Amino acid sequence: MPGYSDPGFDTLALHAGAQPDPATGARAVPIHLSTSFVFESSDHAAALFNLERPGHVYSRISNPTNAVLEQRVAALEGGVGAIAVASGQAALHLAVSTLMGAGGHIVASTALYGGSQNLLHYTLRRFGIETTFIKPGDINGWRAAVRPETRLFFGETVGNPGLEVLDIPTVAQIAHEAGVPLLVDSTLTSPWLIQPFAHGADLVYHSATKFLSGHGTVIGGVLVDGGSFDWEGSGRFPELTQAYEGFHNMVFSEESTVGAFLLRARREGLRDFGACMSPHTAWLILQGIETLPLRMERHVHNTEKVVQFLASHPFVARVGHPLLQAHPSHALARKLLPRGAGSVFSFDLKGDRAQGKKFIETLKVFSHLANVGDCRSLVIHPASTTHFRMSDEALAAGGIGQGTIRLSIGLEDADDLIDDLQRALKAAEKAAEKAGA
Amino acid sequence: MYIEVNGARTFCYTGGKPFDAAKPTALLIHGVLNDHSVWGWQSRYLAHHGWNVLAVDLPGHSASAGEAPASVEQAADFIAALLDALHIDRAALVGHSWGSLIALEAASRLGARVSHLALVGTAFPMKVSPALIDAALNAPEKALKMVNVFSRSTLAPPSGAGFWVYGAGMALGRRVLRSNPQVNVFHRGFVACDSYAGGEQAAAALQCPVLFALGTQDQMTPPKAAQGLIQAARSAGVPVKVAHLPVGHHQMSEAPDATLFALRDFLM
Repeated sequence: MPGYSDPGFDTLALHAGAQPDPATGARAVPIHLSTSFVFESSDHAAALFNLERPGHVYSRISNPTNAVLEQRVAALEGGVGAIAVASGQAALHLAVSTLMGAGGHIVASTALYGGSQNLLHYTLRRFGIETTFIKPGDINGWRAAVRPETRLFFGETVGNPGLEVLDIPTVAQIAHEAGVPLLVDSTLTSPWLIQPFAHGADLVYHSATKFLSGHGTVIGGVLVDGGSFDWEGSGRFPELTQAYEGFHNMVFSEESTVGAFLLRARREGLRDFGACMSPHTAWLILQGIETLPLRMERHVHNTEKVVQFLASHPFVARVGHPLLQAHPSHALARKLLPRGAGSVFSFDLKGDRAQGKKFIETLKVFSHLANVGDCRSLVIHPASTTHFRMSDEALAAGGIGQGTIRLSIGLEDADDLIDDLQRALKAAEKAAEKAGA
Repeated sequence: MYIEVNGARTFCYTGGKPFDAAKPTALLIHGVLNDHSVWGWQSRYLAHHGWNVLAVDLPGHSASAGEAPASVEQAADFIAALLDALHIDRAALVGHSWGSLIALEAASRLGARVSHLALVGTAFPMKVSPALIDAALNAPEKALKMVNVFSRSTLAPPSGAGFWVYGAGMALGRRVLRSNPQVNVFHRGFVACDSYAGGEQAAAALQCPVLFALGTQDQMTPPKAAQGLIQAARSAGVPVKVAHLPVGHHQMSEAPDATLFALRDFLM
């Protein structure tokens, strides 16, 4: 029954969480650049602090503009709510720190963004949180890695940059059998390509810097709760099921059957670690989300054309996109990602590192920088940049070689992108000829 | 807190304050496929403003064990047993949707033991379409979506930082349904609403002030469907107050402050 009460994805992308401003009539979401909000009375102040009434106190913890973004992303994901934070990394940290402390253990995919791998492998280890890394397709490995102290499973919808598709239904089932939630980084797919909650995931986050914002202008993250995980039933999460002295002795799972995680994450992690999002950033991300469906359709369309071009080019050794039958996740992608597996992927040149350098430096439409999900097309060499801290073994486990090049396909004319790639490939080939002469 | 009622472990959310027999008590009763958490804002406020709050999970729902009530009358028996179990002499009853019928029936039976009766999103008769009853049994996800859609009136509810009430409504329904593997409480609750015939008789027997808190955009229990009960309560000679809230059926999450103020002004 489509309509105002049962809106579709495109309508939610424009309207969820927002209405014309009751004070001014402004149709666009106002930017509430105010640190704090005036109380109506002492009783109102106390009620806001004690969660007796809805409202905003201080913008580190909540803000009206951010609240619209949070509702909108939750709506697009099919979640119960969300928390906007300073970056995707902050979203991952907030999820982990809400669920565990020192002594906790995570089972994570090997196919992760380098920054996530860094946080789990190095930084959280320093704080007593261990991670076991499992190849996303190693189903028995996920099961075998569970320990009594395991508190979280974690993977990316499609691994960065090899695009190994996470078998969310299967991995979620193993996580639930172990009594822990599955957290999914859905940055590279956005809710337009996949809604992980519908497949069994419990928590989702985005680096909103990428496709949600879509214009390469802001850094931000959003953490979403599907409200499906039974924290009481698990018995592994006293953080959510026992009184928390740090906030009115609140028992979050009693307070909200489906919102316990978000309550604690906001009232502890966001409050104390302080990685909040600027309302101006939230507004820019909202601007991006308004056109997310249109942009994603074009991203996917252009990617299909570029993948076809590269796959047939004689100087290209491998194209790592599930569109191709040779990709190990081809079948799984067709099942979980019928609209497409995204526009960020890697490929290998038939050449050495110097030729790879020549290729990147010859490109003109593609910009050489460390980001993905921009409306402009981007290129980078992962082994020397985004994933440079990883060992050769870890790189190989993540599907990254020394000659791997990552592309993020933008919204330009596909023919212009192909022309740019064609010229750069030719230049790279010639570079080898010169070296051999 | 957990207490034993009729031999079954029963959960009551107390709004963040321990139960204190010296304070007046407000017993909050949820609707079909809901639980105590739908009263979150109102519970905390009342509990921190001089009231004992008991936002109960009905038997067989969410954290409460026991046989899920198959009728409004059975549920009213449970409410009386709950008050007895806690040795509460007198309480205000607050109910939403199906819970409003339970509160009404219980109030008519308990007489002077009920100090106030607040009916939020109520109607009598509370007929449920055969198609929806059937879907609740055979296609609960589809029925849940229908109910969720019919219960909401805005895409921008002021429900607290970051919560999306459409999604929260769906997730809560799934959780409550999953909480009882023996009985489909969705179907059983709708059948109980649909088959309840004692509304006007119960209203005629009331001995306490009554509040009707009605959503002007409510598609599930539109205000016109409460008029018979309002007349019956007035005919009973008890004080009747009608509050019109500019929202849909899920008043507590779509208009948490307006719902709270209506309750506060009525109870305090």
